Amino acid sequence: MNINSKRLLKEKTMGGAMFFITILSLLLVVVMGVGLYMKSSPIFNELSLLDILTAREWRPAKSQFGFFPFVMGTVWVTLIAIIIAFPISLFTALYLTEYAKSVVRKYVYPALDILAALPSVIYGVWGTLVVVPWISKKLGPVFVDYTSGYTVLAAGIVLGIMILPLLVSLFVEIFSTVPMAMREVSLALGSTRWQLSTKVIMKKSLPGIFATIVLAVSRALGETIAVLMVCGNVPQIPHSIFDACYPIPALIANNYGEMLSMPLYEAALMLAATILFVVVLVFNLTSRIVLRRISKND
Amino acid sequence: MTLFVKRLAKSENGFTKEEFSMFKHENEDSSGLYCEKLNVSINGNHILKDVSLKIPKNKITCIVGPSGCGKSTLLKTFNRIIDMTEGVKISGKIMLGSENIADMSFNDLTEIRRRIGLVPQRPCPLPMSIYDNIAYGCRIHGITKRKDLNKIVVHYLNEVGLWNEVRNRLQTPATGLSIGQQQRLCLARSIAVEPEIILADEATSALDPVSSKIVEDLFVRLKEDYTIVMVTHTLRQALRIADYAIFIYMGKVVEEGPAKEVFENPQNELTKNYLLGVFS
Amino acid sequence: MKSSPKKHRKKFVAAIAARVCMYLSLLAVFAFAIAIIWAVIRRGWQCITWEMVTSLPGGGFYIGKSGGFLNAIVGSIYIVGASTILGLIISIPAVFYLNVYLKKTSKLAYVARLAYDVLFGVPSIVYGAFAFTLMIAVGMRTSLLGGIITTTLLIIPIMIRSMDEVVKNVPDELYEASYALGSTRLETVKLVIRQILSGIATATLLSVGRAIGDAAGVMFTAGFSDSIPTSLTQQTATLPLSIFFQLSAPQVEVQERAYAAAFVLTIIVLIISLLGRFLTNKFSKHKI
Repeated sequence: MNINSKRLLKEKTMGGAMFFITILSLLLVVVMGVGLYMKSSPIFNELSLLDILTAREWRPAKSQFGFFPFVMGTVWVTLIAIIIAFPISLFTALYLTEYAKSVVRKYVYPALDILAALPSVIYGVWGTLVVVPWISKKLGPVFVDYTSGYTVLAAGIVLGIMILPLLVSLFVEIFSTVPMAMREVSLALGSTRWQLSTKVIMKKSLPGIFATIVLAVSRALGETIAVLMVCGNVPQIPHSIFDACYPIPALIANNYGEMLSMPLYEAALMLAATILFVVVLVFNLTSRIVLRRISKND
Repeated sequence: MTLFVKRLAKSENGFTKEEFSMFKHENEDSSGLYCEKLNVSINGNHILKDVSLKIPKNKITCIVGPSGCGKSTLLKTFNRIIDMTEGVKISGKIMLGSENIADMSFNDLTEIRRRIGLVPQRPCPLPMSIYDNIAYGCRIHGITKRKDLNKIVVHYLNEVGLWNEVRNRLQTPATGLSIGQQQRLCLARSIAVEPEIILADEATSALDPVSSKIVEDLFVRLKEDYTIVMVTHTLRQALRIADYAIFIYMGKVVEEGPAKEVFENPQNELTKNYLLGVFS
Repeated sequence: MKSSPKKHRKKFVAAIAARVCMYLSLLAVFAFAIAIIWAVIRRGWQCITWEMVTSLPGGGFYIGKSGGFLNAIVGSIYIVGASTILGLIISIPAVFYLNVYLKKTSKLAYVARLAYDVLFGVPSIVYGAFAFTLMIAVGMRTSLLGGIITTTLLIIPIMIRSMDEVVKNVPDELYEASYALGSTRLETVKLVIRQILSGIATATLLSVGRAIGDAAGVMFTAGFSDSIPTSLTQQTATLPLSIFFQLSAPQVEVQERAYAAAFVLTIIVLIISLLGRFLTNKFSKHKI
């Protein structure tokens, strides 16, 4: 009986400890949001959020903190990245779930694994080594008089490749929740595999595809180092994909060193981080809830 | 014949049943298992309805009935493994001695589950060596001396007739055994903690006929020390080994009694039809 | 009803076009993976010398004088090693609490998994910014400890999510077998851990790979230093940051060292990824 009560005590105390750790790690979301907001709140004494987001002037020394160029930079880069990555990942995932023989799978997954495993800084190195020169010397001259190569397009390409593995794996997961019977019915009616893919698989998976894109967007929004290395870092509103830009994460990363030197500078940068956090939080929550519902209904 | 083998095995390893009395737990009054007005529902589906029955001691009790009648649920309710299923509600009484299993907390159940062993449908060796598979239960219940454990492992492997097959590879992973051997290992593992009752949930359905026969014979042999409750799908098996039979249909006990009477001279129309194979 | 020949042909043209698109996409995936590795490794191989990997930055390092980036390699190892251990200490209990102690339908488990998903999606620069404010609040300076804390926070969701996937695949029979012997939940947790040891190893490797490549998080919190830190309060260099800083220097010699460092980092990450794949394959073979 003694041994039993000892065991049960152990079970209870460890259970309590585990509960505590779980709750603690959960609270990180809340603490992070609150902490970032508190650090950025001083700026609201002078300016409103709307002012900051729409103002175009960035002169920290004069306490002018216009986020608009940075927001536009982020939007442009993310858009290009999605435009590049979406079709590639969609076709790849369709091929993997609907067409592929296991031999192909055996080689595609390691390739995707490698893309997923490569650190962001390596993508940046590759961007400066290959993509930037290619744009400035080969692609750029066809369209514009001069481009340095450090452009929206370069950042978009690099970022697009970075989010590929995430998109493919989520698409594959969604497509495989479509029941086998549904496929058989469609094929039995004489549809080609492509018709099956578009009319059944993609139609059924539409919410999931949307959720996945939202998730990929939120991943792209926050990517820092790789983008920072190839985007040019000029605080301007880009007018074409051959212009340099300056996305929000790059803004934070480039200026954290001097942010304690000027009034409100720190608050402005922390506001940038808070905005990133909130956007990512909202995007992630919505898409994950949708994705969970899909995988539950299989 | 089997008895002779058993005695031989024992003398070969130089210990007797009396030696094991030291591992026996003394606190239990061993008055058998019975339930009264037991109701079980899962997610609002009423699976067992007002089940009252008594499991006789040192007998093999077979629970039979068509699939989906709730016989597995009943078995899993006896040691409350059914709790693992989501949305289970239990009311009524399941008495083991003076304790009501039906309203026990998880912590109290750990002791009850030692006293009621379970042999699953498919063998599930624990992710460890053959030796540790047997020793595991004893260790968590407080027997930790290597010498004692060695004795226990040898004894129970013998008990299920596995000793000679695995004596040279006790430290290899249990997953390396054949399915039939694994099932006997699982049986050895559950009797190594000295339960009073062994529950077997279609314990032979995943086995080939030869292994199935071995396990069946084991049950017959084990009943002198244990009370055995088994759920079975094969009527023929029930006919072969059951001393006592319970027929369940749609969550209700339709007929219970000594196996001979139930099988040869069923009183209830439903039982008759079932035995004739009208539905199964 | 018979479809017209024209419509019929259209159906197959679309099918063939789609097939071509798929092959092109597959090709793109392979091409990207190979192109990146090829470019980084080729350039790095041209630049790397033994001295770079084994020595600390000398005087005038950042204008192209002698020295190597051993400080960054060791710094990365310190940060990754410590945060992996800390991460495991936190994520293993959390994962098993969710899977063994809580029921499958538990609200807390749902909310927790959602929260870890969100944390997984939070960019590392935000982790960095947050950890930085945290450090200012408690009066801590940028240091090795700061880097370790940030990286730990960063990899906890990665670890938890990937281990959770592994634990979810543990068959119910194992739990049943364990409980049927009268195990408590804690004892069952120990059993399950034995069962999925290699899965845990894979999850750990995954997060090691992520941790070693992260730059944006430690930028704020670990600082940078030309020497190997000897205490937790000193600043430390990391490989990704060292690559980043050297590449932004105008001198070709410094940039070449960045390529060499990128070579080292790529090799490390590739090895980790391969090891992870190997373990996964092995794992799936021995599952019951």
